[in-house]
Amino acid sequence: MLLISCPYCETERPEIEFRHAGQAHVARAADPSAVSDEAWTEFLYFRDNVKGLAYERWRHVYGCGRFFNCARDTVSDKIFATYKAGEPRPNVETEAAP
Amino acid sequence: MTSSFRQSLGGRIDRSRPLGFSFDGRRYAGFAGDTLASALLANGVHLVGRSYKYHRPRGILSAGAEEPNALVGIDDGFGRFTPNLRATQVALVEGLKAQSQHRWPSLRYDVGEINDVLGSLFSAGFYYKTFMGPHWLAPNWAWKNLFEPVVRRAAGLGDAPHEPDPDRYAQYFEHCDVLVIGAGPAGLAAAKAAAASGARVIVCDEQGELGGSLLSEHQATIDGVAAADWLSATLDELAKAPNVRLTPRTQAFGYYAQNFLGLAETVDDAERRANPNAPRERLWQVRAKEVVLACGALERPLVFPDNDRPGVMLADAARVYLHRYAVKVGDAVVVAAAHDNGYRVALDLAAAGVRVARVVDLREAPSGTGFDAARGAGLGVATGAKLVGTRGRLRVSAVGVETDAGVEWIDCDALLMAGGFTPSVHLYSQSRGKVVWDEARQMFLPGVSGQRERSAGACRGVFALAEALADGARAGTQAARAAGFAAADPAIPRVDNAPETQGGTMGDVSARGRAHAKAFVDFQNDVAAKDIRLAVREGMRSIEHVKRYTTTGMATDQGKTSNLNALAIAAQMLGKSPPQVGLTSFRPPYTPVTFGTLAGASRGELFDPVRRTPIHGWAEANGAAFEDVGLWKRAHYFARAGEDMPAAVAREVEGTRERVGLFDASTLGKIEVVGPDAAVFLERMYTNPFARLEVGRCRYAPMLNEQGFIMDDGVVARLAPDRFHVTTTTGGAARVLNQMEDYLQTEFPELKVWLTSTSEQWTTIAVQGPRARNLIEPFIEGVDISAEAAPHMSVREARFAGVRARLMRVSFTGELGFEINLPPEFARAAWAALAEAGRAYDAVAYGTEAMHVMRAEKGYIIVGQDTDGTVTPDDVGLAWAVGKLKKDFVGKRSLTLPDRLGANRKQLVGLLSEDPAHVFEVGAQVVDSAQPSQGTHALGHVTSSCLSPTLVGSIALALVENGRARKGERLYVAGLPAKVSETTFYDPEGTRLHA
Repeated sequence: MLLISCPYCETERPEIEFRHAGQAHVARAADPSAVSDEAWTEFLYFRDNVKGLAYERWRHVYGCGRFFNCARDTVSDKIFATYKAGEPRPNVETEAAP
Repeated sequence: MTSSFRQSLGGRIDRSRPLGFSFDGRRYAGFAGDTLASALLANGVHLVGRSYKYHRPRGILSAGAEEPNALVGIDDGFGRFTPNLRATQVALVEGLKAQSQHRWPSLRYDVGEINDVLGSLFSAGFYYKTFMGPHWLAPNWAWKNLFEPVVRRAAGLGDAPHEPDPDRYAQYFEHCDVLVIGAGPAGLAAAKAAAASGARVIVCDEQGELGGSLLSEHQATIDGVAAADWLSATLDELAKAPNVRLTPRTQAFGYYAQNFLGLAETVDDAERRANPNAPRERLWQVRAKEVVLACGALERPLVFPDNDRPGVMLADAARVYLHRYAVKVGDAVVVAAAHDNGYRVALDLAAAGVRVARVVDLREAPSGTGFDAARGAGLGVATGAKLVGTRGRLRVSAVGVETDAGVEWIDCDALLMAGGFTPSVHLYSQSRGKVVWDEARQMFLPGVSGQRERSAGACRGVFALAEALADGARAGTQAARAAGFAAADPAIPRVDNAPETQGGTMGDVSARGRAHAKAFVDFQNDVAAKDIRLAVREGMRSIEHVKRYTTTGMATDQGKTSNLNALAIAAQMLGKSPPQVGLTSFRPPYTPVTFGTLAGASRGELFDPVRRTPIHGWAEANGAAFEDVGLWKRAHYFARAGEDMPAAVAREVEGTRERVGLFDASTLGKIEVVGPDAAVFLERMYTNPFARLEVGRCRYAPMLNEQGFIMDDGVVARLAPDRFHVTTTTGGAARVLNQMEDYLQTEFPELKVWLTSTSEQWTTIAVQGPRARNLIEPFIEGVDISAEAAPHMSVREARFAGVRARLMRVSFTGELGFEINLPPEFARAAWAALAEAGRAYDAVAYGTEAMHVMRAEKGYIIVGQDTDGTVTPDDVGLAWAVGKLKKDFVGKRSLTLPDRLGANRKQLVGLLSEDPAHVFEVGAQVVDSAQPSQGTHALGHVTSSCLSPTLVGSIALALVENGRARKGERLYVAGLPAKVSETTFYDPEGTRLHA
């Protein structure tokens, strides 16, 4: 069970307090009507499937209820950073790939 | 009856407590402290089972968790039957009844042995190659009808019990500074060192007695005292330490993320007898700051023809049975050794009076103290030997040995295999650490850790006792320091007289020329060396493929005694080195874990929480039958004497439409949306325009997901310019709030609006029917609820019988209707008051079934019933609810994607069966011919269907391609004709609604 540090509660909590909320930094266009059908379909349905460092969202659903972002290695399950919604991707030091 | 293989002295059993048990109906005697295996061996019983595929007679191979053969069904004396337990891990208790498995009619005479003769039909991957044809029969016919039933009955091991499990299983979370896994010398040394620093230490061990290899250590002394004395002093010291918890009988079965480990404890028999409420097993989910893995090593068997007869055992197991249980495994023993430990075993047995017929060393020129001592003791030693095979049917009777001098058959009743030791890296690997190959010693060892752990002792290749103790002490100190404790350098115990051993072999050690004999690698799954070679010849290159094709390593023992030998054989065939081929992944659980342990209290009534409304008690007292809607109990219908459900529903519908009905709608989700930007926010989350919704008005609102499909619906009521009361479906409440929070927090954070779930803060009593206003008027204060003052879809804050309430004029029945929202503490009294007052109108209470019928009569959709996640507003005739001038809302952009606008979309229509007595089945396909041929494209399906008491006939709603253009057409459902109609069957003008 992962230990996840909620950037709002500023404390590490077990995974069962959270719910995974999909890929992070998937921006919804400010003006969807100006987006092509193709680009909108990609926004709806296409997501990255990363082996290694992935950026994803979690929600502290059984805690403060906030959505936040997380940089996690999908192979080792190591969490490198968690950061608030709206903040940019941080620079994470990752271990060299085996 | 005497146990003729029990030594009269020695062992750690308690001879003051003799125990009686039975195996396959025959009674035997043992002692407290015995395992079932040691007690059987004490009675000379070696034959304990039949192998999986070939039904070959099998005996006890080992003394521990790695046992592949001795799987038995146990009645534990408490009346619980469990199959497939390893006899080496079953603690003997009075009255234990054990039975062998997988044989018929008996263990000695098993019909299944025919499979051994037909062995070539069952080689690796046989199910791809045999039991298929003949092909002139229908495809797969022979397999399905002739072979599979027989193979299925023959497959599997034990019989599952039939009774429900009456035992309790407890679950705990636990935290500690240092978790030490394994209480052998390295583990105990680590625990001592860590505990001395004040760290909170947990030490777990799978065995009932702590000590690991120290339990059978008779030679060495530690700090000047016998190993057994050092052990009991150390355990005493640790037991007294307030910061140490010792847990025997506790298997660490899984190593998960961030030092989260699963431990399964079998509760001590004595504890269960003393306390009938004690659980049978306990699950410990431990989060440890630091972990010390002291898991030990497992001995490897030797791979040679017929190496699986009862009496063929791991060599060190014989030493364990001797020293721990005072049991001789045989009278005339041959030791086949590729590792010096074989000599140690031979010497210990000889000293105990067992005749060691020969030590057969597979190495050309062995040397060392063990070899010398064996020769010195007069034991016959052959070197440079190869193993030809064994003889004996239900017990080994001789072993064939090939040396330069030729082949010799040596009589024996036990053959002990000393193949070398494999460090146990299972938990280390589960922790995502990488193993490294030690070329010099030919073993996989822990490499770079993936987590805050370190290995000590035999599990990282440190085998000698002195080194293991030192290794453990250093690891425990390091762990304590890493956990933040100031730990002094540990005292390293001094060891004398411990033997030094080396050696080991992997792979097939058969004498040449016996390639077709069964030289077993995986005993439990009956995989022989030739199967592995066959797999490589048939094209398997990856060890993962070899494993799955042959099933080696896939039995309940997970290859503990077979993985390395299988790897070596595969590597040799592939012409690669073992590290190039690699190991298969290690996965939890290390040994099987019962379902009970994992389920804990989550069973029966405690499996899910039950949610009830405050009115539940009244419904129960008044004859309601309940249905589950998510976690909620909802009144389904109220049956009076002699009524079945259709009769009750007909009465409830008639009563509501003619007079007035009461319905508990409290399970609906409710969200309070408050703030200066509340209206703007709701405009973005729903399809409707809300900016100009007046205070005091409600609107029906569909909610779409971003894909443009209906995901929920509800009523939005405006109480003030900056305050809305929003409802959702019962099952969708959490989902809707989650979607709102998601967009509010991450897409529209600039909006000033706050969301609060009020689902449990308001109960909702629906009063529906032409007399509804009459019924509630006397209770309402502060508000005019006449038709002019409170039109349909209005909301008022008022007092109901003195209690603050939100009164909404809404209807899901199509009759004049109200929904009274009240704080939950008043709900039951309010309902009772309404029911009492309702007697003057012959009011009825109605349940969800009648509610479903009435809304269907009006063509109102239910999200999740008439929609399935692929339905747009226009599909179900809700295009009117979509604000045309709105710039953007969730789902809007998707509504103009090509396929959402495409022709032939399924649209909601009514279906009237031409035989009104016939009710279509929900989900039934709708087609345009009475007898469509197989493969005909269906036009759609029935989404709602019921008998309508109001229309005196069946009605249905369906999603049908181009439905709206088909009004009046005849279509077919399950061969029966139906007419496509409007979706509103009752009062299409809505006059009753606006009364």
